Amino acid sequence: MKTAVIVFPGSNCDRDIAVALEQVTGRKPAMVWHRDAELPDGTDFIALPGGFSYGDYLRSGAMAARSPIMRAVTEAAARGVPVIGICNGFQVLTEAGLLPGALMRNAGLSFVCRPVPLKVENSQSLFTAQYDAGETVTFPVAHHDGNYQADDATLDRIEGEGRVAFRYLDEVNGSARRIAGILNDSGNVLGLMPHPERVVEAAHGGTDGRRLFEGLLETVA
Amino acid sequence: MKARVFITLKPGVLDPQGKAIHHALDGLGFGGVNDVRAGKLIELDLADGTSDGEIEEMCRKLLANTVIENFRIERLETAA
Repeated sequence: MKTAVIVFPGSNCDRDIAVALEQVTGRKPAMVWHRDAELPDGTDFIALPGGFSYGDYLRSGAMAARSPIMRAVTEAAARGVPVIGICNGFQVLTEAGLLPGALMRNAGLSFVCRPVPLKVENSQSLFTAQYDAGETVTFPVAHHDGNYQADDATLDRIEGEGRVAFRYLDEVNGSARRIAGILNDSGNVLGLMPHPERVVEAAHGGTDGRRLFEGLLETVA
Repeated sequence: MKARVFITLKPGVLDPQGKAIHHALDGLGFGGVNDVRAGKLIELDLADGTSDGEIEEMCRKLLANTVIENFRIERLETAA
């Protein structure tokens, strides 16, 4: 599997996701700078990492979503290439219009940084096929703007279409309907605030995130 | 010419920062504050002749996230 990690100024989980992808796929991902206009030929998986791209200026993810590489990411997503956006990457995907809704300041106003239990709501997607529906997994969160909001019609639609991939078991950041991660309508774009790439080996204190990448490897490769 | 863009959260969208400000005002003893909503003001210095339509497009494409925010444009008279 040929993977690419997009690096924005202010990304800080780009190396975490690169290590996770290399461990699972056996191959180093291409690190693609935000000013590049194209992805490497044959890229079959794209990751938008966590961090604080552009210092969260204007709105989290707003500037990154308008950077040159995002045109190529949007085109690849439209062709069906799987794209994951984690934390700031999720914010970038909503700002770029690849996922509905928006991520606002946490309802409690505090930065939240701890492992949180999540319910796997959809175990049929490209990303979650190795999980059981309803299973509880624990991924860490580390964010200030993770409060997922959309209008009721949008929330009803994504729930009705099975596009909520992960849901917080407990109250974490004020997200509507405790949504932690969502899929696009074709199921090849996933955005989530928790960090699966930070729980891929025993030394991390958990390995619940590993199956997400292993599942992708199986379906994509 | 100059223009100001006021960006505010849509009615009904929870505003945690506004709530915190409200709480702090209460704490300082300012009674009678019914609600607080926080927003942004962006000042643009524009080439003469920039149309309303162009400013609106700037708002839609970048300055505001219309999923959660409204915007209002105010053109400022330029001193001759």
